[in-house]
Amino acid sequence: MVKLSDHEKNVLSGFSGTTGDQMAMELVVKSAEVLGADSLIPVESSHVDGCLYHGDSGVLYCEKLAENGTQVKIPTTTNVGALNLSKLSQTKLSKEKRDMAYRLMKVHQEMGCVPTWTCAPYQAGARPSFGQQVAWGESNAVAFTNSILGARTNRYGDFLDVACAISARAPYYGLHRSENRTAKLMLDVSNLSNKLLQEDAFFPVLGSMVGKLTGETVSVVHGLPNNATEDQMKALCAGAASTGSVGLVHLSGLTPEAPDTLTALSGQKPQEIISITKEMVIDARNSLSTPKAHEIDCVALGSPHFSNNECRALLALADKKRFKVPVFICTGRHTMADLEHDGADEDLKNLGVTFVVDTCVVVTPILPEQTGIMMTNSAKFAHYAEGNTGYAPVFGSLIDCVKSAQSGQLIWDNSVWS
Amino acid sequence: MELKTKSTVIIGGNATGEILYFDAPISFWGGVSAETSRVVQAGHPQNGKVTANKILVIPNLIGSSSSSAIILELIYSGLAPKAMILGSHDAIIPIGTIAAKQMGWGNVPISTLKNPDFKTGDWVTIHSNGEIRHNRS
Repeated sequence: MVKLSDHEKNVLSGFSGTTGDQMAMELVVKSAEVLGADSLIPVESSHVDGCLYHGDSGVLYCEKLAENGTQVKIPTTTNVGALNLSKLSQTKLSKEKRDMAYRLMKVHQEMGCVPTWTCAPYQAGARPSFGQQVAWGESNAVAFTNSILGARTNRYGDFLDVACAISARAPYYGLHRSENRTAKLMLDVSNLSNKLLQEDAFFPVLGSMVGKLTGETVSVVHGLPNNATEDQMKALCAGAASTGSVGLVHLSGLTPEAPDTLTALSGQKPQEIISITKEMVIDARNSLSTPKAHEIDCVALGSPHFSNNECRALLALADKKRFKVPVFICTGRHTMADLEHDGADEDLKNLGVTFVVDTCVVVTPILPEQTGIMMTNSAKFAHYAEGNTGYAPVFGSLIDCVKSAQSGQLIWDNSVWS
Repeated sequence: MELKTKSTVIIGGNATGEILYFDAPISFWGGVSAETSRVVQAGHPQNGKVTANKILVIPNLIGSSSSSAIILELIYSGLAPKAMILGSHDAIIPIGTIAAKQMGWGNVPISTLKNPDFKTGDWVTIHSNGEIRHNRS
């Protein structure tokens, strides 16, 4: 039995609130029962992933929740939808489906969500504080907010995320509880070269290894340099959360619950220490790519959504030389505003960049229908490309992506990986 | 020979039908088509099999959090499985079925059973108390 407060009971019985409030509380309470949680915990923010169209049923469900003016009770941001709201025709869906996808995005706004439409809400102003209890969806955002910010959330998915936002409650279990946040596994990268540990392209590959090696088990990575950037850690979290059900990975010396490795392990011996070798890194990198690609058909960047810094790094690397194949940058309106400030968006478009805003090329049909090879610097794009888009992925550094886009041929700088 | 097994009830209900056994882990999001109910995951042993109206036995589920939406869509469009027997505890699939119940679209009984000993083609009856009876030829 889940122990409920008077307020929670009143909403559940329909005595207070709208029918949407009652439905949301019922979904949270029943989920708590299924999970074996004995109570609910108040949550202070939410990031909702359920605004991506998967079929009409989800639209009807969310519209039912929103009836009679049901509102989210805590600051709630939205993940990507299926549409670029400033360029609806970019998504190759039938008019009927596009209308439904639009209704789903709109109803989230009507419920009071902040329309961020990004999978990197933590770079769009939504940054939970250390120790804060939140209910976040979108796997990379969950891993980032738990690991890098030290807030506490489980991996919330469709309907439960918005139900938590409406009820301001979540089942009290899993990563909400201190005792479940201790690292049980240790991944030691200290034997890798300092040069490799500084490379941007290393981080998403390391992430994909964390996902495969640890699955759901909380781990700590030992031996990363203490100057790793936020975008590097973002790429690591996204890689980890796409190849495994990683909700939390501590980075020793970098993340708030891991001032050092022993603290992340709560002073206990790890169940296992996995020493990461250069060969393992190369294998993991190779597993993100389709072998034997010579020409590329497009470049997809921005999973998670490209930041202002990443866009400007691309601009600098391109050095005014135009791209021969389409380059898609998936990003949020927060970054577009930064780029528009000094015309960097126009400079990028002049190079041949297509911006995909509010959405993303692997969750909705945007890429050219004639499939081929997609190059990317994102482990998450590489992981989902084939199944979701039909494109075969090739993983490379951002410099590789730029040079390949400019020549149309695959260019790989192997010295990055030494 | 009739066998009786006791499973743990997650979503209660009665169902009788034919088993479809998943020999490899599956995520409903990306792994099962919401439009046809068929398994579409490349290389999956059950690739191409219809899940609608079957009793699905899934020893290992991959917990993509969008799977709730796929279950809800299958129930909404009349392509739901008759019941599901999961090898381990999972909240994502049940969330889709609870949402469907709230909308009045129907119910899919779900229970858990460690090392479920069934084969594709077995005919089983699930009771609301978690008892599973099945005939093995």
